[in-house]
Amino acid sequence: MSGAETRWLITGARLLGGEPADLLLNGQLIAEVAEPGQTEAGAGAGSGSGFLVLEADGLIALPGLVDLHTHLREPGREDAETVASGTAAAAMGGYTVVHAMANTDPVADTAGVVEQVWRLGQAAGRCDVQPVGAVTANLGGTQLAELGAMADSAAAVRVFSDDGRCVADATLMRRALEYVKAFDGVIAQHAQEPRLTEGAQLNEGEISARLGLSGWPAVAEEAIVARDCLLAAHVGSALHVCHVSTAGSVEIIRWAKSKGWRVSAEVTPHHLLLTDELADGYDPVYKVNPPLRTAADVAALREALADGTIDCVATDHAPHPVEDKDTEWSIAAFGMTGLETALRVVHEAMVSTGLLDWPGVADRMSVRPAAIGRLDASERAELRHGRPLAAGSPANLVLYDPAAAGVVDPASHVSRSKNSPFSGMKLPGRVVATFLRGEPTVLDGRLAR
Amino acid sequence: MAGTTPKPVLGADEIRRALSRIGHEILERTDGATEVVLLGIPTRGVPLARRLAARLSQTEGIEVPVGSLDITLYRDDLRLRPARTLGPTEVPESGIDGKVVILVDDVLYSGRTVRAALDALGDIGRPRAVQLAVLVDRGHRELPIRPDYVGKNLPTAKREEVRVHLTETDGQDCVLLQARQEVAG
Amino acid sequence: MNRHLISSADLTAADALAVLDTAEQLARLAERPIPKLPTLRGRTVVNLFYEDSTRTRISFEAAAKRLSADVINFSAKGSSVAKGESLKDTALTLQAMGADAVVIRHNASGAPHRLAEWVAGSVINAGDGTHEHPTQALLDAFTIRRRLHRLDGLRVAIVGDVLHSRVARSNVWLLHTLGAKVTLVAPPTLLPVAVNSWPCSVSYDFSSVLPRTDVVMMLRVQHERMSQAFFPSVREYSRRYGLDNDRMALLPDHAIVMHPGPMNRGVEIAADVADSPRSTIVEQVANGVSVRMAVLYLLLGGSGGGSGAVGTGSAGQPVLSPEVAR
Repeated sequence: MSGAETRWLITGARLLGGEPADLLLNGQLIAEVAEPGQTEAGAGAGSGSGFLVLEADGLIALPGLVDLHTHLREPGREDAETVASGTAAAAMGGYTVVHAMANTDPVADTAGVVEQVWRLGQAAGRCDVQPVGAVTANLGGTQLAELGAMADSAAAVRVFSDDGRCVADATLMRRALEYVKAFDGVIAQHAQEPRLTEGAQLNEGEISARLGLSGWPAVAEEAIVARDCLLAAHVGSALHVCHVSTAGSVEIIRWAKSKGWRVSAEVTPHHLLLTDELADGYDPVYKVNPPLRTAADVAALREALADGTIDCVATDHAPHPVEDKDTEWSIAAFGMTGLETALRVVHEAMVSTGLLDWPGVADRMSVRPAAIGRLDASERAELRHGRPLAAGSPANLVLYDPAAAGVVDPASHVSRSKNSPFSGMKLPGRVVATFLRGEPTVLDGRLAR
Repeated sequence: MAGTTPKPVLGADEIRRALSRIGHEILERTDGATEVVLLGIPTRGVPLARRLAARLSQTEGIEVPVGSLDITLYRDDLRLRPARTLGPTEVPESGIDGKVVILVDDVLYSGRTVRAALDALGDIGRPRAVQLAVLVDRGHRELPIRPDYVGKNLPTAKREEVRVHLTETDGQDCVLLQARQEVAG
Repeated sequence: MNRHLISSADLTAADALAVLDTAEQLARLAERPIPKLPTLRGRTVVNLFYEDSTRTRISFEAAAKRLSADVINFSAKGSSVAKGESLKDTALTLQAMGADAVVIRHNASGAPHRLAEWVAGSVINAGDGTHEHPTQALLDAFTIRRRLHRLDGLRVAIVGDVLHSRVARSNVWLLHTLGAKVTLVAPPTLLPVAVNSWPCSVSYDFSSVLPRTDVVMMLRVQHERMSQAFFPSVREYSRRYGLDNDRMALLPDHAIVMHPGPMNRGVEIAADVADSPRSTIVEQVANGVSVRMAVLYLLLGGSGGGSGAVGTGSAGQPVLSPEVAR
């Protein structure tokens, strides 16, 4: 990874949706942030002066987005996605770092696999890849994986998750929570009581009863969330709850936080916008785990993201090849893509509804997830994420046009997989440019290089 | 086009006389109607068949079995319109084998309805003979079919429509002729 | 869903009555020396059965053949399906063969919906997972109407494993549409959590419901449900929810007993009850053929249905709302 040789001057961008400003990027860092025309480079702007100008009038500048939950599928399922294609998709969505979940094949439960994934990310160079380590060996749920080895590896793993599966055994979850205290790690739980959800296909409710699809009751998530919050408190460790999907989970997390316990939580873009009514035609593009729920759940999740009970948005980007989705519902794979539409969906669900402003978006989609992933305090300053748009911060940012709008067309996505539930929906906004440590990964809405 | 007013071509009295005459003709040509079965083709062929049976019963004291034969499922033009409702098929208990079946309908036009009725009869049994009685023959045959008993011969143009109204189904007896309404779309 | 019959929830009262009235006319066909009609000559009906069901398949086959349609049977065992061919590829093969209608039985709820996206012909749901079995509900309604001469205002009790029953679901929607009053009777474990949003009542006490019931519809209960803790033992289930002679005696004189089959004699229904004059179990089978003939006729017998609909059929017109013959 070389330092950017070029200097960039971004003019007229609305910082966090506020007043227009100029940003001067020099090497990997933001050199200067000033009122329009007032940077050191301002007066003599032009390509002859040794920097490139990007006119960003009307565009919103946000710190580079940080995803705590992505499935890059490599190694093992390169037919669905690779690190290269997944990070390209991330860049198109405005992301500068993604946490790659461990349920690959082989599972990322050793230093070897996490380092492989980490290196693939570096080689692709479009977005940093921070591997997530499995909690249990081979996701088997019976024995701890070598969490320490993964933490000490070049990948410096801090977030551990068996996502895809729940760490259901209470004792094992307790041990995991205790063990990671040694290196300031955090356990990210996919909360799903396995016995209550055997063969589950869709949220248990009116829709599932009518459609004859086996139900995934909210209580199967809430029971685990409650248990894990109490465990984390008991042993004094940090818990992160993946993809919160029910109003009940929100209430439990709110209560846990009120006690001062170290609980953080994420919500996916699709859970902020879509409900189980979409399953009506049995189109498996809407099949996901945890399932889409009711309008009441969506409302509670939005409120929670707005008031900070839910700390961040995480995409749970889950690419699948066509043949795993173009089937009967019950044998279709669970999961939806999300990297390329995340910011637009959050715009629609939270900003357009007045629940969150752009500084709030920056907080929930960059600052807080970076903090949870411990990426905001790396030893080397230029490797940090989630830092404010200010002089001295790494030049990780995204320029977003809030006035644009368009119909989502997965065929135009750069992800290898096209299973987006927003296909055909009109959404606001467009990512115009993404910068990773001063180098553009996306320019004018297209991949740079 | 603005709807042209329908022109009456047969009134109630004329219909009554026509049916009376047909009744006598049936008696003559079938040697007293002893082996006759009247089958009306729904919708309006059915009340007509019943009226004929009643007439034969009143004037000659002969009880002629009467029933209905729905031909919807035997039509040759089924695919041109959405599936049609079926009318009732009620064959008298005495059956049709060896009998003289007289099909009764209100209007004879292309002859396709009768052709379908002949096919239907063939699946029900084997009559000794089949005859046809119609209230109105409006011409324009498309098949080699001819009626045995006709209430009125009515030359018509193809763009005209013949509407038969009967008390049992429409509240009054008359036959109307009108220009076919243009249906948009 | 106008080209297809996938769910009884989509049928209006007019649609349902059209099927029942048409079936009434077609039922007389069986009494003829030649019980065959030329109506669907040249049309191809494919039976695509992923679940074993000789009874339903034969019923559809008889129905199609009596209307002179050609029938092709595609069963899951020993075919490309067993070798793992996807539903989509099977559908495309049928499409290439020119199937005018596909009758599908599948263990995945929603399979007919997906099939309808891949074939141009009509899709008839012969039972999908735990979702629906619309022709069963139609033949049940037909049977009730024949025996009791009406449907509106009748009190129907559906008893048994409602949670896993597509027959129960189809019957709840259809009977409600036709004006009957439905009560579901089952242990709480065998009722869906959302049952209170359904257009019916619920009771856990079978005996108390019987004196006010005109039709008792018994559902088959599977032994596997015991191992999943839905009820403790077959004995207890039978004692609390079985229709035995004592319970049958609680019924009003005119009441009838129905069962979609196959029965577990001695479990949900006593042998005597199954064989009593109140029982419609045998005539339900004959009625099934008439009703399925009606469905095939209404979907394929005019324009707007099948894969090669000819002529000026109005595309938007619901095929199941038939034209009144002139």
